[in-house]
Amino acid sequence: MLRNDTGLHVPQPDRRPGDEADFSELRIPEAGKLHRPPIDTAASEMREFAFGLLRVLDDDGQSVGAWAPAVSAEALLRGLRAMLLTRAYDTRMVRVQRQGKSSFYMKCTGEEAVAVAAAMALDREDMCFPTYRQQGLLIARKWPLVDMMNQVYSNSGDRLKGRQMPVFYSSRQAGFFSISGNLGTQYSQAVGWAMAAASDRDRRISAAWIGEGATAEGDFHYALTFAAVYRAPVILNIVNNQWAISSFSGIAGGDEAPFAARGLGYGIPSFRVDGNDFLAVLAATLWAAERARSGFGPTLIEHFTYRVEGHSTSDDPSRYRPGNEGATWPLGDPIARLKQHLVGLAALDEEAYQVLEAEVAEEVRVAGREAERLGTLKEGARIPASTMFEDVYRDMPPHLMAQRIQAGV
Amino acid sequence: MTMIDAIRDAMDVALTHDPNVIVFGQDVGYFGGVFRATEGLQRRHGVERVFDAPIAEGGIVAVAVGMGAYGKRPVVEIQFADYIYPATDQLISEAARLRYRTAGEWWSPITVRTPYGGGIYGGQTHSQSPEGIFTHVAGLKTVIPSTPYDAKGLLISAIEDDDPVLFFEPKRLYNGPFDGHHDRPVTPWSKHPASEVPEGRYSIPLGEAKIVRPGEDVTVLAYGTMVHVALAAAEDTGIDAEVIDLRSLVPLDLDTIVASARRTGRCVVVHEATRTCGFGAELAALVQEHCFFDLEAPVERVTGWDTPYPHAFEWEYFPGPTRLGKALRRVIEV
Repeated sequence: MLRNDTGLHVPQPDRRPGDEADFSELRIPEAGKLHRPPIDTAASEMREFAFGLLRVLDDDGQSVGAWAPAVSAEALLRGLRAMLLTRAYDTRMVRVQRQGKSSFYMKCTGEEAVAVAAAMALDREDMCFPTYRQQGLLIARKWPLVDMMNQVYSNSGDRLKGRQMPVFYSSRQAGFFSISGNLGTQYSQAVGWAMAAASDRDRRISAAWIGEGATAEGDFHYALTFAAVYRAPVILNIVNNQWAISSFSGIAGGDEAPFAARGLGYGIPSFRVDGNDFLAVLAATLWAAERARSGFGPTLIEHFTYRVEGHSTSDDPSRYRPGNEGATWPLGDPIARLKQHLVGLAALDEEAYQVLEAEVAEEVRVAGREAERLGTLKEGARIPASTMFEDVYRDMPPHLMAQRIQAGV
Repeated sequence: MTMIDAIRDAMDVALTHDPNVIVFGQDVGYFGGVFRATEGLQRRHGVERVFDAPIAEGGIVAVAVGMGAYGKRPVVEIQFADYIYPATDQLISEAARLRYRTAGEWWSPITVRTPYGGGIYGGQTHSQSPEGIFTHVAGLKTVIPSTPYDAKGLLISAIEDDDPVLFFEPKRLYNGPFDGHHDRPVTPWSKHPASEVPEGRYSIPLGEAKIVRPGEDVTVLAYGTMVHVALAAAEDTGIDAEVIDLRSLVPLDLDTIVASARRTGRCVVVHEATRTCGFGAELAALVQEHCFFDLEAPVERVTGWDTPYPHAFEWEYFPGPTRLGKALRRVIEV
């Protein structure tokens, strides 16, 4: 065929609004089938992990195979609670946005395991370089909800002094690096942090997150190159939730190869993991953390998941995808799947689960009331506007002092 | 010392005094840099503190920001200022704003060294002066030396500064002062008093200009190679110009500028960069804002033309002493 006849290939998702959601084409490998290689395995030996799908929880919620992590039911209950708390927090913060008390919010519904299981696998001192959709890291590290809410409200308790849009948290104490609106930038910064730690013989490692859409950014390439060249102790996570706002993953290159497969070309051992399988995320992250701490270098983990909600409160997903896609996602819901596992272990029953749900709802409600006492975006106490001139530099230069006076604030 | 020696010495001092200083960039390690600015530093301080980087300006600055967040004090090199653009997202969106967006929880104590400026037949991508792009960015500091003595003292200050600093090195001045008289033999730094560079640590504060030639008739605001061009223009025309070497563009020493322009009543701004929205526009605006009632003539700008930097027309493009001299006469004769 003449090349001109083929035309320009522009990838399209299989289903659009009005179509029935249908994931029957998606090949989901059985849980527990992959072996567990040693942590010093070369990237060239890991093709089946990058092109396959690491799953630990089977359809009955049993933890099966070589990757089943040795983790107590108590620890898993803590993970379940953190995921539930994350979801309850998201629910309230969207509601207050709709009430006009904040300008913006972004949920992580369906992706709770990606952050919470990673937080459980990492040491508390390891440094996270998240995107705007890993609030579960802060919650799993028991960072106060009130502090997070203060940021969302830009109220008088906001440590970031009302300078950042909602959800762009920062907590040095919680090892949660400042979130930037510029996609991908933190991915390569995480590598620099890890290089610095290595040069100090520090046993701490760093972990970075990026969405599958932002893997198209140059910073993704920089991060993988530098991580591989200097064998940086970093875990490079890709959260493939299928959607970058309205663009399906094919627009980011996902139709041609799994995102995990890209790591192999840089010489980085890479996994594609069932992102809704709490135990699989936990197990892969533990493997990667041990590898990094042992001086073998970086690992790339693609978390295969689904963005159940809209991109943000400014987005309406019914304009570009079938309405019921989230409900039919074949890898299910991370909370429901871990719950099923814990019920199977007799560590949880329906009654205890409902108590847990009520508990987290109350925790969010109490925090919400406390945060709102410190003000919301347009009501109540505010940080003085004069502070907007501070922290541009360590010391305020004369021209900013002059502008502060001119502003009359 | 030449300016290259002074810059190398500044990094050597910083590496010796602070174990958190790390130096890296393309060809910076074993080879010692394409301009020899890091020669011997890897041998002296080890490969973990002075090393080669992949050809990825965006990656180099990103990694520096991450290291800064960890607690290191990275000093990175961009081989030519013309190639800094892939790093602009990390510089503008990240390094410049990290302290502000975290209300001081994190910051970027990084220094980005980069050779800049023309007069070397460098053509379009080895001659640019992009300082105006970065002086426009809140949160960045921009420093440009014109002598070996200043280069060392300013670079040490830049490295020790807790804010991100862009350190533009006029490569035309690396081996000797250049006044724009390209038809005359270039003198080496050894014939110039500012090549006397003390051993060990000393620093020159950022935000302090220097009057390099006191005068009564007109104030000339210059930096980098143009400082030497301005001195030549004063000499050639016999006009008693007061030549101010800004040294640091942000923060800017407005007091020295204003005091001088009020006294002389005339001001000419000179830079190699293109004119429109160049740093000279800011300087001219500040002078008219603060010295309006003392000005005897419009503020003049002598700059590179609003074209990409050409190769064959090097000396028609470069704002040399003849062009500057004409401007000096114009503002005097008003």
